[in-house]
Amino acid sequence: MNGTAPASATALRRDRLAAWVMVVPALLLTLAFALYPVAQSLMSSLRRRFLGVPALGDTFVGLENFRLLAQDPVAHDAFARTLGFVLLSTVLEVALGVAIALVLHEQFRGRGWVRAAALIPWAIPTVVASQMWRYIFNDQYGFANLLLYRDQVARYEPWLASPAWAFAIIIFADVWKTASFAGLLVLAGLQVIPDELYDAAKIDGASAWQRFWHITLPLLKPALLLALLFRTMDAFRVFDLVFVMTQGGPGDATQVLQFYGYKTLFTEGRMGYGAAISVSVFAAIFALSLIYIRTVGSRLLGREDR
Amino acid sequence: MTSRLPLRLGIAGLVLGSLFPFVWFLITSLKSQHEIEAVPPTWWPSGSLEFYRTALFDHHLLDYVLNSVIVAGGTTLLSLVVGTPAAYALACLRLPGQRWLMGGLLCISMFPQIAIAGPIWEILNRIGGLNTHWGVMLPYVTLTLPMAIWILASFFAELPTELEEAAQVDGCSAWSALWRIMLPLATPGIFTASILVFIYAWNEFFFALLILTRPEQQTLPVGIALFQGEFTMPWGELAAAAVLATLPLVLLVILFQRWIVSGLSAGAVKG
Repeated sequence: MNGTAPASATALRRDRLAAWVMVVPALLLTLAFALYPVAQSLMSSLRRRFLGVPALGDTFVGLENFRLLAQDPVAHDAFARTLGFVLLSTVLEVALGVAIALVLHEQFRGRGWVRAAALIPWAIPTVVASQMWRYIFNDQYGFANLLLYRDQVARYEPWLASPAWAFAIIIFADVWKTASFAGLLVLAGLQVIPDELYDAAKIDGASAWQRFWHITLPLLKPALLLALLFRTMDAFRVFDLVFVMTQGGPGDATQVLQFYGYKTLFTEGRMGYGAAISVSVFAAIFALSLIYIRTVGSRLLGREDR
Repeated sequence: MTSRLPLRLGIAGLVLGSLFPFVWFLITSLKSQHEIEAVPPTWWPSGSLEFYRTALFDHHLLDYVLNSVIVAGGTTLLSLVVGTPAAYALACLRLPGQRWLMGGLLCISMFPQIAIAGPIWEILNRIGGLNTHWGVMLPYVTLTLPMAIWILASFFAELPTELEEAAQVDGCSAWSALWRIMLPLATPGIFTASILVFIYAWNEFFFALLILTRPEQQTLPVGIALFQGEFTMPWGELAAAAVLATLPLVLLVILFQRWIVSGLSAGAVKG
């Protein structure tokens, strides 16, 4: 309130009340279906209990589930695999995102259509994308085999039956699906770089590559970090691709944490142990975001201060 | 001055790379049963619409479409009804702990689904929400609220404050200021948020899989993920179903890409 508006004390109080009434429904929903469930998962992780079968008992076991988790080789593999997936897919997505952003930043005829085309992978359901890629890498009818081996049917490869290929294909499909999202975040960063900088560099005789390396990339840093952050958080939750394309297989070759947690909770019904896995995933993401905010965020802020 | 060739290659690669899997499914959906079983696969389809017919009638695709329309439409409506006043209050009114609330919301949108899945299943089990559309809409609305509120708040924040002050001078309450003055001006924001929430709800799979176990209530992503034939994988029908499930989104993207792009980068630009 800076002087001009004649707001009486009661009007102000009424305002504040209205403000609270406006946010309360959103807060209640968030409380009931996001915060309470997280707290409940935490409680569950300290208990031995089973989904929908209260007869099997519900006892407090302390940190027993976490002790089991620490000794569970399947969980260790799933954790390492998830980390590998997150690292490879986010780096590739952001790198490809920069390329996409550079293309979309240029002026050319039909740019709107190209941008729409680039948005298609992001917009379609992940489940549909998964089925598309599963079909493309099919051992008999797949486009990949057709492209590589034409009519040499004997050489046709069962891609998704190979552990290494299956993992690579999951990453590939994820990169295809989300690189355009990373690209849009980078594009937003590109658009705030003033043109004068490039003009000045051109006058100084800098090559296109030098301009990219010494102007674009450093100034793009905040946008890149943001894209990296968003993609990392999201890649940790990879599930749909794995569910549709490989069901975690072959063997356990593509079993990621969220899929392992899903199986433990809902096909085996081990609520306590499943909750311990959930809590660990949550803790990992939380720790990761803290590290990001600490290292990246402070540097980012420091840069903006100057 | 600079050569346009790298740009042309980039454009071609981008368009081809983005559309190719979709085009391959489109081609597949237009094949005949005979063509689909060919090894090596045929390049061009005969243009048979047989798979669309069987997908629609034998696989009850329209039921899934209807379920998806209800769930995605309902989620969008509820998320906006709950999110708009909240965004207005957070952006324009004096609330203690505003920054904390906005930051907290952002955190919630980052939650791994698995961390809340078990308890949400149990809550819905207790209140009879399993295998119902409202049961799946509750978590959807909750999880899309952060996105809706962030987009809307950034739109509200850009509106000139004089408008509101004028409204206050005229004795408008906060509610009527929102309803009569701010809301009409924030229509682009509401539109943007609606599109993004709709796309999220139309595509979501994880919670739908958990909550909707009966085919009568299942949404398109669940139907497509669990698509099965009696003996072999019915790729032709699946491709037809996938094309039909994707078409609304392709249309949304073509018509509203400007809004989508601005919505996606609404939080990004400000950091």
